[in-house]
Amino acid sequence: MSALVQVTGVRKSYGAHEVLAGIDLTVEKGNVLCIIGPSGSGKSTLLRCLNHLEKIDAGRIEVCGELIGYERHHGHLREMREKDVARQRRKVGMVFQNFNLFAHRTVLENVVEAPVRVKGEPRDEVTARAVELLDRVGLGHRQHAYPSQLSGGQQQRVAIARALAMRPELMLFDEPTSALDPELVSEVLAVMKDLAVSGMTMVVVTHEIGFAREVADELVFMDGGVIVESGPPAEVIANPTHARTQEFLGRVL
Amino acid sequence: MTTEARVEEVNAMNEPSPSGEKVIARKHYGRWITAVLIFALAAVIVRQFATADIDWGIIPDYLTSEAILKGLWGTIWLTVLAMVVGIVVGTAVAVMGLSDNIVLRSAASFYLWFFRGIPALVQLLIWFNIALVIKDVNLPPLYEGTTNDLVTPLIAAVLGLGLSEGASMGEIVRSGILSVDPGQAQAAKALGFTQGQTMRRVILPQAMRVIVPPTGNEIINMTKYTSLAFAVSYSELLSSATGIYSMNFKVVELLFTITIWYLALTTVLMFVQSRIERRLARSRGTEKKSRNRSLSRGRRTKGVPA
Ligand SMILES: Nc1ncnc2c1ncn2[C@@H]1O[C@H](COP(=O)(O)OP(=O)(O)OP(=O)(O)O)[C@@H](O)[C@H]1O
Ligand SMILES: [Mg+2]
Repeated sequence: MSALVQVTGVRKSYGAHEVLAGIDLTVEKGNVLCIIGPSGSGKSTLLRCLNHLEKIDAGRIEVCGELIGYERHHGHLREMREKDVARQRRKVGMVFQNFNLFAHRTVLENVVEAPVRVKGEPRDEVTARAVELLDRVGLGHRQHAYPSQLSGGQQQRVAIARALAMRPELMLFDEPTSALDPELVSEVLAVMKDLAVSGMTMVVVTHEIGFAREVADELVFMDGGVIVESGPPAEVIANPTHARTQEFLGRVL
Repeated sequence: MTTEARVEEVNAMNEPSPSGEKVIARKHYGRWITAVLIFALAAVIVRQFATADIDWGIIPDYLTSEAILKGLWGTIWLTVLAMVVGIVVGTAVAVMGLSDNIVLRSAASFYLWFFRGIPALVQLLIWFNIALVIKDVNLPPLYEGTTNDLVTPLIAAVLGLGLSEGASMGEIVRSGILSVDPGQAQAAKALGFTQGQTMRRVILPQAMRVIVPPTGNEIINMTKYTSLAFAVSYSELLSSATGIYSMNFKVVELLFTITIWYLALTTVLMFVQSRIERRLARSRGTEKKSRNRSLSRGRRTKGVPA
């Protein structure tokens, strides 16, 4: 079995509001899963559960065959120690809507910081790798700039390089282009497409239907905390079977 | 409004002032009056002091006398130590106060409540006299012999001033931490930073821009508050001055002497502070702009009007 991500019966509530109402999901190694759905449908919450930035109330999340955020304890699941959660997060990269680059660090320092501090890798080795990664996302010439001196698209490409520097097994993207001016969207999507082609396993929350159709192996439509419909992107987009999917696609296409 | 009417209005706006009258500056009579009043007041004060029974000549001598310089050193040293205690304790209290752990949070708010509520002078005296009380009460031998050595005037002063300062610094550090975009901590966590690493490597460095300016004020205030340590017979500027004037009765001369030193210290500190603030303001200018931009864009996509 080669599923890299295995989500089983995941539920999560904020107070009385059930945000995830039983999610089952599988992502094979090397595949790209795109998640679409209206605002408030729980897409970000689901993504944040995959690296345990959010706790879950029920169900199970496994990445690389390892239970995420919880450990078995006398037949129950118990939340892990913070240190162990941090260790698990090393192999899951995450890219945010608002980039969240470290504002007090240069581009290069942003990329180098985590492998050195978190994994304890030698700085010169990491620096060499970081320079390569920055070249790959087309920002080799801006190594010494501060995030505030870059455009949104450039910042997001640095954020992708920063996540990749940890050599993750899985990359999570939460609306990576939603905060960008329209003319900057394509440069970020190009980097992501490149990454998908190189065989990275990716879960992408996006409103870019074109990107999903071209790059995704599977497309998931979420609404009200459940997966309403899923399948090959071309199929879901061309012939949505559920009325809610039809309505949503009608609005965004 | 018709087109003609609008054209007429625009023309009227562009016309030079009617009949080309000259523009003259308004006379600021009020300024002249206040200048005269203040000058008169200053003259009265100067005359009072000039004709007063003050031995001006001895002030320069005392300014650099051994006893006063020793007091100056004591003031500087106490300021440094009390501020170090205040900053360390304040940071701990702020971090505890923002922790997920309810026990730590409660401890932090208890600390703030307790130490913000006690006057610094009272605290100094309590610390100083606790030593006496413990000794009188005759606690187990472990304490008995060492009490006096343990709570010297310096330690009493550092504890009294530093722990109060910890409460003020706690508030300052707290607002600094809260000023950092929560996305920064999210990103750090997602990269596998522990909470401690996130705080030390990501949050606190960025909180500095908010923490540093008010900390400058705290240091300046602390320079003055150290004079309270006179009450626990710690050797600083004020106690040096009182020590001398209790013998020669040149009370005002000696108070003037240390006033000069206090002003010198605070002037230097204010100068350094304004330099640092200017530098921070410059770097803040560039970063704030870009962050607001990305934030407002982020919101825009959620459908909230910008
Ligand atoms: N920390 C929180 N506390 C309470 N409610 C929350 C919290 N975070 C999210 N929610 C709620 O959970 C629901 C799902 O949020 P989520 O961010 O997962 O939606 P989303 O599908 O990502 O939407 P969007 O497209 O707007 O990003 C929303 O109704 C939101 O208000
Ligand atoms: Mg979201």
